[in-house]
Amino acid sequence: MADTRTTSFPNVETTVLGADEIVINMGPQHPSTHGVLRVKLKLDGEKVVNSECVIGYLHRGVEKIAEHRSYQQFAPYVDRMDYVAAVSNGLGYCEAVEKLLGAEAPPRARVIRTILTELQRIASHLLWLGTHALDIGALTPLFYCFREREEILKIFEKYCGARLTTHAFRIGGLQYEAYDELEKDVERFCKDFEHKIAEYEDLLTQNRIWLGRTKGIGVLTAQQAIDLGVTGPVLRASGVKWDIRKAMPYAAYDQYKFEIPTGRNGDTYDRYLVRVEEMRQSRLICLQAIQNIPAGPIMARIGKVLKPPVGEVYHSIEAPKGELGYYIVSDATIQPYRVRIRPPSFVNLQAFDTMVRGHLVADVVAIIGTIDIVLGEVDR
Amino acid sequence: MPPAGGETKPAAPAAPPAAAPPKPAAAVPPKAPAAGPPKEAPPKPEPLDNELVKRYRSRFGNAIREAWLDRKQAILVVDRGQLVEIAKYSRDEEKFDMLTDLTAVDWPKREKRFDIILNLYSFVKNERLRLKVHAGENEPVPSVTGVWGVANWLEREAFDMFGIHFEGHPNLTRILLPEEWQGHPLRKDYDILTQDTAWVRENLGIESGQ
Repeated sequence: MADTRTTSFPNVETTVLGADEIVINMGPQHPSTHGVLRVKLKLDGEKVVNSECVIGYLHRGVEKIAEHRSYQQFAPYVDRMDYVAAVSNGLGYCEAVEKLLGAEAPPRARVIRTILTELQRIASHLLWLGTHALDIGALTPLFYCFREREEILKIFEKYCGARLTTHAFRIGGLQYEAYDELEKDVERFCKDFEHKIAEYEDLLTQNRIWLGRTKGIGVLTAQQAIDLGVTGPVLRASGVKWDIRKAMPYAAYDQYKFEIPTGRNGDTYDRYLVRVEEMRQSRLICLQAIQNIPAGPIMARIGKVLKPPVGEVYHSIEAPKGELGYYIVSDATIQPYRVRIRPPSFVNLQAFDTMVRGHLVADVVAIIGTIDIVLGEVDR
Repeated sequence: MPPAGGETKPAAPAAPPAAAPPKPAAAVPPKAPAAGPPKEAPPKPEPLDNELVKRYRSRFGNAIREAWLDRKQAILVVDRGQLVEIAKYSRDEEKFDMLTDLTAVDWPKREKRFDIILNLYSFVKNERLRLKVHAGENEPVPSVTGVWGVANWLEREAFDMFGIHFEGHPNLTRILLPEEWQGHPLRKDYDILTQDTAWVRENLGIESGQ
């Protein structure tokens, strides 16, 4: 059993090069690495023998900063990790601190949180789809995807004034009441969006070039995925039907009906299908949620100075990229003693080496894209 | 203004001799509670003794040192020497097949300053379990890379941030910070404004990265 697990990551530089082998550098300034990721590739001709990711270019010491801020002060910082899914980051952090305090957000806040987080998932997947297709050579989906993403960002802007780093939620609930037209805006977006997804699929799903570039590329088996701690759409595309929204429901997810799409082959194409289907499911969740937003307060009574009792908590949510976990240790002061952020991108990126071996240099771009990393979150 | 700078200079040495002896006594205690040392060992909210813990205890005896429940989350404190066996048992027998997270917490005033935290998840049981290991400053922790592949980068990060040595790790090098960086930033005695000024000067050509 132990033999089949992928546990060795030989250092590219220290391995001996064969007669036909060379080491090349990709990044950190390369458009298809989605930020400042540097990859060292050991090549045999056009084939990748192995690889090594060099990360840390965006390291800002978020976990250290957390120890020197109060619980509320730290909340805006989490938006800057996965900056294309700031709402999800905020949800995970707020819920983790609430758990630490033993408090719970009121039902109205939980439903509004769910709506915004699902919109954020769609926005994150749209950004992924557009750039991923662009990397592979399909230019059109980028414009389509950004068009719809813009609509979501407009809803965020109307709700809290910010588009990207929203700081939409507060510990204990919400600061802002939903604006009058929120339901209408979300409904209009969801109605339109159904046809838009069909448009993307028209462009890609049966496209011969797309199939050729993604089928059988970067295969990750379910066992490898679990061993490497991979979560989110990448894990589901390998056939593991696991989603924290179902397994350990948070916010208001237990109230809504939705499916967990899974893939069969664990290749780049399946990951594409899984994410597209997830957008459909997120759309359905939004439509269900706006039907019935309960009335009532939006903020729990937790006081202004937060001093959670001594202890620790781990809370994780299903962020667009995978399991986003917060492990917080409290020493009953206003500042957390330790905040550990379990970033999905960092852990998923580790599987890159397993996925890339034996493929061509051109596929490296497809595989980086298919993991869906954000370097702000990898490096924190 | 230069005269002002000159004026304070003679005044400064005069002040410290008078203020220095009481200062450490006066300044440190108010700071210490904020940093947390008095709450060194978190109290065990609820001792845990369910079937799971009993199975672990019957298998590993005293290697399972403590078990408690904090915010309804199960925590096992285990012996450092037997970590790999316990990890293997957790994966194969108890079906905690995924290592969700591996990290550390620094308690500098304690005899064994580091807590190494392993967050496990079981798909079959839909359950989480947290393993904790204590380690002193220079004590190596056995690496669990042979049990879960994901531990590779996670242990490298813990090494990078805390300077914890993982014995048996295939490639224990820094992962987020530059290879030549001095110091481990998430240790409590590493101030938030501290940095490797020599590295910054040499590589970035500036005096300070702040």
